Parts: sequence; C-alpha cells; structure tokens
Amino acid sequence: MSIAGFEVEVDRGGGLETEEMTLNMGPQHPSTHGVLRFVVKADGEVMRRAIPDVGYLHRSIEKISEKVGWHGFMPYTDRVDYVAAMFCNQGWGMVTEKLADIEVPKRGEYCRVIAAELNRISSHLLSIGTMILDIGAITPFFHAFREREKINDLLEELCGARLTYNYMRIGGVAWDLPPGYEESVLAFLSQLEPMLDEFNTLVSDNTLFRGRCAKVATISAEQAISYNLVGPNLRASGVRYDVRRDEPYSVYPELEFDVPIGLGMAGEVGDSFDRYWVRFVEIKESMKILRQCFRQIPAGPVVAKVPRKLKPQEGDAQIRIESARGDMSWYAVSDGSEFPYRCKVRTGSFAAMSIIEELSPGLMLADLVTVIASLDIVAPEVDR
Amino acid sequence: MLQEFIDSLIADGLFGGLPRDVAYLIGMLAAGALVVFGFVLNVAGITTFVERRVWARIQSRVGPNRVGPQGVLQWLADGLKLLMKEEAIPFAADARLFKLAPFIVTIGFITAFVAMPFSSALIVADLNLGILYITSMTSLVVVGIMVAGWASNNKWSLIGGIRAAAQIVSYEIPAALSIFTVILITGTLSMQSIIQQQSWLPWDWFIFHNPFTFIGFFVTFVALLAEGNRTPFDLPEAESELVAGFVTEYSGARYLFFFLVEWGNLYVISAILVTLFLGGWQVPMIPVITDSAFGLNLLQALTFVGKSYFGVILIMWIRATLPRIRVDQLMTTCWKYLLPISFANFMGTALWVLIWPDGFLPAELLMTALGFGLVGYFFYRVAYHLRRSGAQITLSPLS
Repeated sequence: MSIAGFEVEVDRGGGLETEEMTLNMGPQHPSTHGVLRFVVKADGEVMRRAIPDVGYLHRSIEKISEKVGWHGFMPYTDRVDYVAAMFCNQGWGMVTEKLADIEVPKRGEYCRVIAAELNRISSHLLSIGTMILDIGAITPFFHAFREREKINDLLEELCGARLTYNYMRIGGVAWDLPPGYEESVLAFLSQLEPMLDEFNTLVSDNTLFRGRCAKVATISAEQAISYNLVGPNLRASGVRYDVRRDEPYSVYPELEFDVPIGLGMAGEVGDSFDRYWVRFVEIKESMKILRQCFRQIPAGPVVAKVPRKLKPQEGDAQIRIESARGDMSWYAVSDGSEFPYRCKVRTGSFAAMSIIEELSPGLMLADLVTVIASLDIVAPEVDR
Repeated sequence: MLQEFIDSLIADGLFGGLPRDVAYLIGMLAAGALVVFGFVLNVAGITTFVERRVWARIQSRVGPNRVGPQGVLQWLADGLKLLMKEEAIPFAADARLFKLAPFIVTIGFITAFVAMPFSSALIVADLNLGILYITSMTSLVVVGIMVAGWASNNKWSLIGGIRAAAQIVSYEIPAALSIFTVILITGTLSMQSIIQQQSWLPWDWFIFHNPFTFIGFFVTFVALLAEGNRTPFDLPEAESELVAGFVTEYSGARYLFFFLVEWGNLYVISAILVTLFLGGWQVPMIPVITDSAFGLNLLQALTFVGKSYFGVILIMWIRATLPRIRVDQLMTTCWKYLLPISFANFMGTALWVLIWPDGFLPAELLMTALGFGLVGYFFYRVAYHLRRSGAQITLSPLS
C-alpha cells in the first residue's frame, strides 16, 4: 500500500485481532464545508475506503422551476451554487433564450461576462483559501477572503447583493454597469496582482503546503475523463478543455485567454497541488478577460425586449457554460406554457464527489480533507 | 531563598509554636499558591489575549477590543463564561476518567512551574533535578490527553489522543538529547545553576557556546513545539481533520482547563529555551537599580519574562503562518532528521567540552555574529517582501 509516495507495510496485528474503524465524517464536520457526509473505513490513520453520502442539501430546486415560471425561477438559480451564483443565472438565462429565440444585446453579454469573471475570481479565492485552511494554516485564508470581500463590494455595487445576486435576466442583465464601475474594477485588479504574488510566496512556495499536496490523490487524465470531472479538476489532470474556448458561448470568442493545465509542479500531473495551482492561474486569466471586456464593451441596451408572460415554443434546449466549478449544463423542456415542463442542471461538484471513493484507499485521514478541498466541492451544488 | 524567608518568619513568631516542618509546609504551599494564582493562571489567560491580538494583526483584522481598554480583559470574560457554562458529559463516556483527565493535564502543567526560575531569588524550589523534573512533569500532560481521548468515547477524540501519545513520546527523545547538550556544558541539572553559568552578554549564552548548541537550540525549539501541540505539529487537535481532537466532547470548566494548559505551555516552552540557551534572568549590574535586592530581582524577573514572551510571540507567529503537517511527515521529521541531528549534537558538544572545558571565546563570538546575522537577514527579507507587495501595514499594537 502506498501513502503519498511511501510504501507502507500494514501490520495486520501479528496475531492480534484487529478490525477496521468506521468513522462518520459529517454532516457536521468543520472541513466538509456545508453538509457533506463521508462514511470512512479506516485502519488507524490510513483510510481503506471513504464512501460519500449525498442528499443532505437537496432543496428540489429543479422542481421549483415548474411552479414559478421562466422569469420567476431566476432568483432560485442563485441557490444552486451560492459561491458562484452568476454562472447559474447565466445558465438559466441562456437556456431560456435558446428556447424562446431571444437575442441578447452585445452590451448585455459583456455585462454578463464581467459579472461572471468577477464571480469566478471570488469563487477561486474562496476555494484556495479554504483549501489552505483545511490544511491547517489560518492566515492565508483571511488574506484570500479580504480580497474576496472587495469583489463582493464590487458586485454589490453592480446588483445590490453580495452572495445571491439575481443580476441576470432572460434576455440580458437587470441593470447597466453603474457609473465609474470600470475605474473601480480596474483599481481592484491592479491591487489584486501584488496580493496574489504575496499569497504565492506565502502558500504556493511553502514546503509544508507542497508536502501536504504533492502526490496526494493523483487523478490521471483517463480517470478524470471516465469520472466526468470538469473544469479546473479536469484541467489539473492535463486535459486542456474549457467550454469557453472549445464550445464558445456569449462573447468569449472575442476575448483572448489561456487555458491553464496541471504541470505536475510539485509532484505528479493531476495531484492536489495541480488542482490548487490551476485555480490560482485561472484567477490571473480572469483578470486578463476583465481588462479586455472593459476595453471592448460597446454602448447600447443591456436587455432585450422580452414579454412579461414568456411562453417559449414547445421543445427542449440544452446549453453548457464554464462555471467556476467547470462545465455546467442546463437543460429545460417547454410545453409552450408560462412554466417550464422540466429543468435539469448538471454540476461539476457532483462528479467530483463520486471520484473520492476511488481515490480514498491508502490515503491518510488528513488527506481526505485535502482531497475534498482540492476538488472544490460546494455542498449545495452537489444536491441542488 | 524561600527557606531563609520562612526561617525569618518563624523567628518573627508568625507560626506560633508550630513544629518547624509544618511551618515549612505551610510556607511552601503559600508560595506555590502565589505562583499558581498570581502568575500561572494569569499568564495563560493573558497569552490567549496576546495571541488573538497578534493573529489579528497578521491576518489584517482588529481582534478583541471591547472588554476593557483595548480588550485586555477579554480573557477574564472568556474564562468566566466557560466557568458558568453547563458541563455536558456524554452518555456513553467513562464519566470518572472523563472528569479526571483535565486535572491530570493541569497538574502536569502547573507543577512544572515549581522549578521555573524567574529571578535569582524568585523560584519555588531550586531542585537539583531542575530541568529533568520539568521535562518529566510536562510529559505527564500526554497521560491526561490520552485519558481524555479514551474516556470521551468518541472516535475523533480517540484518534486525537493516540496521535498525541505517538507525537509527544517520539519528540521527547530529540528534546531530551538536545537539553543534554547543555547539561554536558554545565554539569548540573539545576535551573538556577544553569543560568548562573551564563551571563547577560550574548556570547556567554549557551546557544552561542559552540556550533552544536546553536543547532541544538533549533532542534529543541521544534521538538518542544511538537510536545506542546503547536502548529505545525497541532495534529492531536487538528480542527479541520478531527473536529477538535481530544477536546471534542469537553465543555465548560473542563474545556477551560485544557485551554489553560495549551496556552500556558507556550510560556513553559519559551521559559525552558530561555533558561537553557538564552541566558535566563541574567542582567547587567546597573548601579542604582541593582543595588537593592528588590530592584535586582525585579529587573531579573522582567528580563526573564520579557525574553520568554519574545519566544511566545515567535510561536504565535509560526502558528499564524504555517500549515499543519501530516502524521507520516511528523514521524519522518522526528526519527529521520531530528533524532540523528540531536545525537550528532550530543557527541559534538561532548568533544567540544573535552577540548575546551571553559569554552572557546573566538567560536562564541563567531556564533554570536552568525546568530545576529541570521536575525538581520530575516528582517531584511521581511522588509523586502513588504516593499515588493506594496502592502500597507500598521505596526501599532493599538488601534
């Protein structure tokens, strides 16, 4: 059996009767942010198996859509993934627009991308901040959250809310950018850059942090594809796939950005450090996108004329967007009425949750925490 | 010192016709109570406040500032709150052991203060076993932690307790070996004698005595950190892995005792290091102040506590910066690195003492220069990073 690169002989007790310990990790556990539950079979500190148990945060969000109508469902989508709510807004908007054949004005698309990329930065900051917190350092978490707070302020300026934004509408966005918004975002970006460097010196180059992440829970490219991992988790395994680049939507074809992949900087390609590092680099890519957006944004209306009683024609539609947690797919069926007939969301966290059981044998108990954090599992996104 | 003091009290007739031994017992107990209530409990409490404020500064927060001026009474409020809380004992717990465990831990911690020197006169008992007594007593803490982990009847607590046992027992060895390097030089275990063989001049401190004690200082520091369950070795109560480790099921006053020990241990760790390596309470003779015994002892005590608090703040800084290591890495660090290094230090110091029994001044001066050079380089790097990040920092402890 191997523990993080070490070959370990597990003594079966030398004639002494030993048995596995069953540990119940969660639903209330400090590092299963939200309510996740794992049933862990452990031999001392070494895990034999960690079985994820989902369903503690199921709120029937998809079913709710059938009762509140096309427009009315928008605030509920915020709650699908409350760490990156803009993407859920955008997904629902896009799938409805596809069904009802609505063209979003160019400025509206740019507003969407600006909001979404700001939200991606804040979501990744939360992810790497809580990852280092789970590994045991407290200060970097506060530094990440300090910067995230500033994004929350910016998004509050944009739409009046700090967490569940409800900013987008079917056919565009609710409000145009407030006056002076470009300056405040660019000022934030220029002060974020040295802060990221500081974070880098404090965390990424830290020997203890690298020791905790390197070669822990390595996911090969084949494994990642077969488990349907998406987003940064997939890219960390060396697969250069990003919906924004490979199946472009919105105004992404007009924007220049790189798609970072895991390089095995600390150990192997696809280990926990690579997943951390891909998110870190993606923050910088999002900053690049934001700067371009403000250069290219045209004048004009931000929302298309959409009837208040929206009745898309019968049929179904499916769209995919690159959320902070990867490829997020929205599927909606219309029966020609004011209410969706069926809605389905496919999220990245659910797929990431399912691979933990395969990764767990041979890891230490402390590594399970690293794995959950590095896969960036957000509990409400698992169940919806 | 204490004995003479009690003798003078007996001569004054304070104890009436009591037998001499009983008078000594009462005097000793009174001195012990004075140390415990006058210093130990307060130092643990104030350390929690200092830690929270230091952390807040590092993490760009404000920290507690509401109870009392600048929040200095926060620790009293927290302590009172915990004392008044209801104590929940889990139904399935071994209630007797569960209740007993915090006291074992507290005894292990408080009795260490018996041989803790504060000045040339202020020491409860200058035992001839001194440092050995302190290390043995602080090892008693592990028994309490294991009892707490077992009696809670909670798997997280149990893992925490077992981790603590493995960790503390392993790190005892490099810690003890490094302490022995100093014993080789002094030839005594008594805390006061160890300090008396140093002086207030840095190159007379044992850290700069020879290259081996210089390395030995860092080995001792790391090993004592691990024994005190401090980051990066805080595995027994790793809150992100084990909920709260061995204290998971504790609440109220018993929880308070565990925390008292944890923060009080910071002071014990630093005081051991200051005694062994950093010159203890040694102060220069300043004519007016040190003429009277009171002035001398006050200055010495302030020096000792000041040096110790420097170490305490260093440990807080480390805790605020570093992540936690894993169990296998913990054991690797101890057995593969610290243990061979401390053995080499032990042999090296033995040879050094054999060649130069009274120390070798050029080497001492060189080590001192190296030590201060390292500190200077450290501050240079800090300044460099501050400049590079362009961060706005406030160094004022207030506000």
